[in-house]
Amino acid sequence: MTAVLSPAPTDQQPAADTADPLLEVCGLTLHRGTRKIIDDVSLSLGRGETLALVGESGAGKTTIAVALMGLLRRHEARIEGSARFDDMPDLLALREREWTRLRGRRLAMVFQDASAALNPCFTVGSQLMSVLRRKLGLSRAAARTRAIALLDDVGINDAAARLSAYPHELSGGMQQRVMVAIALSCNPELLFADEPTSALDVTIQAQIMRLILDQTRARGASCIFVLHDLALASQSCDRIVVLYAGQVMETGPSETVLTRPLHPYTKLLKFCVLEIGTRELTPPAGGVPSFDAMPQGCRFSTRCPNALPRCASDKPPLLQVEGRMLACWNPQ
Amino acid sequence: MAVTTPTIDIAEKQPPRRAGLLRRRPFFTLALLVTLGFLLCAVFAPWIAPYDPTFQDIEWMMTPPGAQHWLGTDSYGQDILSRIIFGARYAISIGVFSVTIGAVGGLVIGMAAGLTGGIVEWLLMRLIDSILALPSLILAVAFIAILGQGVDKVILAVGIAMIGPFSRTVRADVLQVRVQLFVEAAGLMGIPRLRIIWRHILPNVIYPLAVQVTIRISEAILVSSALSFLGIGVTPPPPDWGLMIAEGRGFVSFAAWMSGMPGAALALLLIALSIVGDGIREEFDPKLKSGA
Amino acid sequence: MFLLACRKVFQTIFVLLIVSVASFSLLKLAPGDPVEIMLGNEYSAEAHASLVAELGLDRPLAEQYLTWLGHFVTGDWGTSFIARADIFTYAVVEALPVTLTLAASALGLAIVVGVPLGVLSAVRKDTVWDAGAAVFALTGTAFPSFFLGILLIWIFGAKLGLFPVMGFVPPWEDFWGGVYHMILPAFTLSTYFMAMIVRLTRATLVEVLEQPYIAAARARGEPGWRVIWIHGLRNVAMPLVTILGLQLGALLQGAVLTETVFSLPGTGQMITSAVLGREYGVVQAGVMMTATLFVVVNLIVDLAYPFLDPRLKPT
Repeated sequence: MTAVLSPAPTDQQPAADTADPLLEVCGLTLHRGTRKIIDDVSLSLGRGETLALVGESGAGKTTIAVALMGLLRRHEARIEGSARFDDMPDLLALREREWTRLRGRRLAMVFQDASAALNPCFTVGSQLMSVLRRKLGLSRAAARTRAIALLDDVGINDAAARLSAYPHELSGGMQQRVMVAIALSCNPELLFADEPTSALDVTIQAQIMRLILDQTRARGASCIFVLHDLALASQSCDRIVVLYAGQVMETGPSETVLTRPLHPYTKLLKFCVLEIGTRELTPPAGGVPSFDAMPQGCRFSTRCPNALPRCASDKPPLLQVEGRMLACWNPQ
Repeated sequence: MAVTTPTIDIAEKQPPRRAGLLRRRPFFTLALLVTLGFLLCAVFAPWIAPYDPTFQDIEWMMTPPGAQHWLGTDSYGQDILSRIIFGARYAISIGVFSVTIGAVGGLVIGMAAGLTGGIVEWLLMRLIDSILALPSLILAVAFIAILGQGVDKVILAVGIAMIGPFSRTVRADVLQVRVQLFVEAAGLMGIPRLRIIWRHILPNVIYPLAVQVTIRISEAILVSSALSFLGIGVTPPPPDWGLMIAEGRGFVSFAAWMSGMPGAALALLLIALSIVGDGIREEFDPKLKSGA
Repeated sequence: MFLLACRKVFQTIFVLLIVSVASFSLLKLAPGDPVEIMLGNEYSAEAHASLVAELGLDRPLAEQYLTWLGHFVTGDWGTSFIARADIFTYAVVEALPVTLTLAASALGLAIVVGVPLGVLSAVRKDTVWDAGAAVFALTGTAFPSFFLGILLIWIFGAKLGLFPVMGFVPPWEDFWGGVYHMILPAFTLSTYFMAMIVRLTRATLVEVLEQPYIAAARARGEPGWRVIWIHGLRNVAMPLVTILGLQLGALLQGAVLTETVFSLPGTGQMITSAVLGREYGVVQAGVMMTATLFVVVNLIVDLAYPFLDPRLKPT
């Protein structure tokens, strides 16, 4: 079956499924030294939507999230492209001082390993309240009240007592809840969640995912999840971006992409998940090519069952096909 | 990893080979050369030094550095360059001998403390603690009070004072090796205890000890020079650098070279030894590097 | 927690007892017969015998030790011939404060200058600043302090005439005079520790700044300076205190040397002149005093650890 490819309005622009996207990333490219870690990634996110960045380890999902939070040091990587955020034309052009104002307030991040992301020398309460006082200008008493309310929101019992606890005194699940509380404390418009449940027990994972989704929905915020669990992505997110070696393979509403995948890589992922019966993403046969051997065109071409000769040299553009965006010469 | 990108690693370069050590670390090589230079001075002093270090030439008293006396002369007319060259003998030999005493003593006590248990171990630990309760200089001073002054007494005093630090590191190493599986396995196979110590524990302790020795030589030299500087170490006429610095102290305002030259020599040797020690530790310390 | 503290205190006391035995032996092992020296010209066999009996020197060693220990703990340390005063006053009231002032100023200087330099070096990693700090760190720890003192005397005293090169003025009597006299000695003594602190701060901070909680702090919108100085340095405090605790001995040692170079009437001078003058009572007092000080401070540092790193608090 050959898909009918119809060109998108412009080659570069992803289709904005929502009329007024909160975040629009165009042509994000990241070089570290001579390596092109991220190659021309574009995505868009509407207000109140959730998006999943999915891919194997090393695909660049975390890097994208980190870059969009401005946390990459300038000497670490060279960034090209633009990221429009609400009324700000380009996040990537911001200076550190402006980033400091933005972070915590309008953008926030939940990290993978909560035990490592909370400063071991300060109590949970002081870390939470410092954000409230610094960003919202609350007085100590008001911050304390708000902090207790936040801890309650994220499902921590006995919130008032927990304020004086140190991170290592809490369980993994509670630490993650605290992180969520800190991230949402100033009602940000966009939340990044980098594998928020990977470091937790399976039983807790579902709870935390639910928590993040409920809380962001309640506050009308949008959320970008970085996940390697395809099934989790399909259950929780409106949109999905499938990444491979720093390139976007396919992106669109998660239901569309995952029930009727068109890209050979997406199909392979789905096949792996269903076939093996685990919920983990096990990589397809072969390996991601090393940076020296990276093809100029589609980076999946070295392992793609449908690969044509032109795939390795010509990068397929991201085009609108059957309700999602696809980058493939030979989808079948 | 939250911030750094998990990059796809190309096979990492092989750990650098030993042979390339000198080329890779220019400072280390330089320091090694300087140390060797001093060593040569110490060994070949009588042939290198232009003058007899104790020859007092009244005519040339207190002359600044010049053509006749490259580094000047002191208040007795003795050539400073020659005295520095001969002084290297004292500095290095005192350093080496006292460190040896300290290492041997430390090895014995440290091994004993690490291999015993119960009350014996507790007592040995307190003993080590009490030795360590005094800094090496003050301990050495106390020993000099009993033993008297002179080169040999200095070696003994500094040596005994260094037993403390050595025994502590030896004990730590012993403890670490002791719990390794291969030691347990050897015990389970019925190999007699002494053999285990000799074949398994000792080699793993000697290696880091050797590294420690190279690092502590500079400390020994410093302490012995300090003792001489204070006037309770080597007694004149031997040209100990500490003594020379002390002698020149009163003349600093108009004959600064008297203290300056031996001081510079001492500083140079100590810095060079420090760099060499650091380099050796980084290359050879089994705890820092995974490959040995 | 309390039990742990008790155990440590007990250990400390035991160690001090061992040191006291060693100190006592020092007196006994020292060459020369103190009774002979004390009698001087009035020596005679009978005088010798009666003085020996009077001083209790014919009693069994263990008894002599206990008597001595008893005297020591109550502050009766005997008299010094050279200083013409009782040793306790000489050591604790006159000499010790000098040494403590020197040590405290040197340490304070080392921290106040060393930590910011270390931070600068870590934040500007691999730049000129970092390289410069590394060179300083290397030479500072190896450079002989007594020579440094003389060097400084030569530059600032002889050539430039800016600072006094000897003598001690107690800061509690004349603060600025005290400071003025203390500048060169304190700087000399502090160099070694400053170098070490720079090195340690840099190494620890570089590691700390890689940690996820630093990124998380930045992600929360904490301004850069807060991230480094508050979140970062807080985690440096513990290793810093540990190392400084271990280096106390070096501090005392350095103080002894520095006092001699700058002619400060402190513990160092006291012990050295006592050894030269064969006044073993003073040497003994100095040794005991130093050891006690060292061991007690170590104990305090040990007990303070849990407050610095909450992870160590036994729950």
